[in-house]
Amino acid sequence: MFLFADGAVAETEKKIIEAFEVFDHECNKTVDVREIGSIVRSLGCFPTEAELHELLAKVEEEEPTGYINLEKFLPVMTKVLLDRSYQPIPEDVLLHAFEALDENKCGYITKEELVKYLTEEGNMTFVISVFK
Amino acid sequence: MGCNSSVAYRRSEKAIRAAILIQNWYRFTKARLETRRRYSLSIFQSIEYADEQDQLQLANFFTFMLDHCTHPDSVSHILTSPGVSQVVDEGLSLTEFENKIDVPDSYYGPRLSFPLTVEDANALLHAFRNEQLLHARYVLQLLCETRRVLKEMPNITHLSTSYSKEITVCGDLHGNLDDLLLIFYKNGLPSEQNPYVFNGDFVDRGKNSMEILIILFAFLLIYPNDLHLNRGNHEDYIMNLRYGFTKEVSKKYKDHGKLILCLLRDVFSWLPLATIIDSKVLILHGGISDTTDLDFLNALERSKLKSLMRPPKSVRDRQDQLKERIPTTRLSKHIANQNVAGKTQHISSSGSTEPSGSNLPQDPALKEWKQMLDILWSDPRSQNGCTPNKSRGGGCYFGPDVTAKLFERYNLKMLIRSHEFKPEGYEISHDGKVITIFSASNYYEEGSNRGAYIKLNPELIPRFVQYQVSKYTRRQNLQERVGTIESSALKSLREKIYAYRSELTSAFAQYDLNNTGRISVSDWAVAMESVLQLELPWRMLRAQLVQMTPNGEVDYMSCFYDLKIGQPTKQVQPALVETLCRYRKDLEIIFNIIDKDHSGLISLEEFGQTWKLFASHLGIDMCDESLDKLVLSIDYNKDGHIDFNEFLEAFHVVHRLEKKANS
Repeated sequence: MFLFADGAVAETEKKIIEAFEVFDHECNKTVDVREIGSIVRSLGCFPTEAELHELLAKVEEEEPTGYINLEKFLPVMTKVLLDRSYQPIPEDVLLHAFEALDENKCGYITKEELVKYLTEEGNMTFVISVFK
Repeated sequence: MGCNSSVAYRRSEKAIRAAILIQNWYRFTKARLETRRRYSLSIFQSIEYADEQDQLQLANFFTFMLDHCTHPDSVSHILTSPGVSQVVDEGLSLTEFENKIDVPDSYYGPRLSFPLTVEDANALLHAFRNEQLLHARYVLQLLCETRRVLKEMPNITHLSTSYSKEITVCGDLHGNLDDLLLIFYKNGLPSEQNPYVFNGDFVDRGKNSMEILIILFAFLLIYPNDLHLNRGNHEDYIMNLRYGFTKEVSKKYKDHGKLILCLLRDVFSWLPLATIIDSKVLILHGGISDTTDLDFLNALERSKLKSLMRPPKSVRDRQDQLKERIPTTRLSKHIANQNVAGKTQHISSSGSTEPSGSNLPQDPALKEWKQMLDILWSDPRSQNGCTPNKSRGGGCYFGPDVTAKLFERYNLKMLIRSHEFKPEGYEISHDGKVITIFSASNYYEEGSNRGAYIKLNPELIPRFVQYQVSKYTRRQNLQERVGTIESSALKSLREKIYAYRSELTSAFAQYDLNNTGRISVSDWAVAMESVLQLELPWRMLRAQLVQMTPNGEVDYMSCFYDLKIGQPTKQVQPALVETLCRYRKDLEIIFNIIDKDHSGLISLEEFGQTWKLFASHLGIDMCDESLDKLVLSIDYNKDGHIDFNEFLEAFHVVHRLEKKANS
């Protein structure tokens, strides 16, 4: 466990609050649960769907209301940022991923193709296993 | 999975992993775009609301001027005289305009004949599509007739969806003619079979407010039972001074502009306040409050309230007793909401200094003003209660409980209102009971939002139709759209930053005791917010606004590098220049008021007097000498008069690195 200067923690918290408030329409310290992914990513994090679900479980209310409170979100997200969790996978790896799917070497893949890989019957078991 | 060979299995596994990775990156990118889009809209909205509060300040200034000026007669003459009093005379008729105003043979625009017919309406639409102007005589005749017809109407119009008619409801248009034409194209022109309700804010901001009014009024005259107009908060001559409509009219109608504006002031005040469909759906521009009384609203003399920007005299007298000057700091919208969180009783919009307190004895003029202010300015919020609308400076925030209570009292099912920008053109709140409809697409900038209208069927189920006007033949993709909106928003923000340069500089200096020119990001963000009070995500915006030093600190003066004043004014103190820059808009309005004959010139004395008053009202310390020097420097031809448009141009902020001219 690293020791952080108070300044770094405070600064991190302020960053998180700012990002949260961008999505807080009514300025009442809550956001729609569906926006949490956007907020986390806008802070530079790169969670997988599984990681996002884990995070949501920590910040949701006991009985989910569809809204997330800043109060609960802040400490969880602060830890994420200070621990440098969910780092982005480098761009060259992304390029390899495209190349893996672009069998005909067109230089692009279509949305339909992508959807097919993610949802095709035979593949679903595997996709889900990656998510778990 | 079947009997795949191990190679095929591995390849497929690799493919799926690749797909998931791409999906993650895609979501990452979308999220960043979405964040940029949102904070851009946030910038626009914050600046707009701050501007509206400034507008209220200005109205207070007029009051201040009236009440404190050493030569009250001349000043009151300026502010209250409409300029041409005979226009208000009922006797003025169509034939009088015909006799007095000549239409030359060289005019190829539409020539209206009254009573108007559909042919006239089509001619107008055709002309405006081709960017022609309607001649002043016809404008005046149209306004005259419109006033006559509106006078017959009650404050609240009752409609029914009988004969299986669908009623179309449109929201704010704000001078965007393209949106109105698009609506008519998609939804058909108004007629007995195709009724419309337009819910206020037809004018200001866009460049075709006049044309929109002409079209709407023309259809009103042709189909008075099927085209309905509700008044918005921008149907108010003082708002028009600031938000562009007055300027538009003056520019388009040089000789008759004043007369047209005068008649418009009257026409606006005769616009109905609300519409009720099948006794179940209430349509009005802003919203409601916990004291909204529809019977009272239906009975009051609506034409008495030409503008809602200044409270009635009885209220102003009381205000003066309570305090000298209106505070200049804006209440944080976050704090305003926190104050009401958790409170179960509803709170009426009162405060010790608010004129709308319910603990004051019921002054009828006050009640009328407040009731109208509430329905034209209020906004719905998800929290219960009714609190003063601090971000606008007028009206309330009303919660679901307020809505429920009103519905119960008047047996209503739905409230349709406008007044607030919505990225999708509409929004449903209060558990389906309140609908906001906003019909001006690209309101802040090309690509900023869609517009929408509602189709209400006889079962009173709403159906929404969205649209977006685009000046590009090829639709911009999301990345491009967000880029356009973002750069426009940042441009506005930088202008604001420039206007507050010296205050920002001293705020920064407080953190930079050794005068290094650098401070921490945290300190920079605090300083920015403390001066500008726009509640924006400064850390997110930092990269676009300032440069960083290699060790991660902010080079705080770098935010001013890109900006400069249009014309360098040499002998003038920078602080004075900045103040003039900041209040440029206010000054424009004031000058336009003083310049009664719309010549574009005011005398040096008038300028000096007004500026001194304005400065003292704002609490700005000003030495006479610097003002005199400034004044002399702008009287270019030394004839004792200032061309104030030139003067104001000199204080227009210019972006040094502006790429191409706006095409």
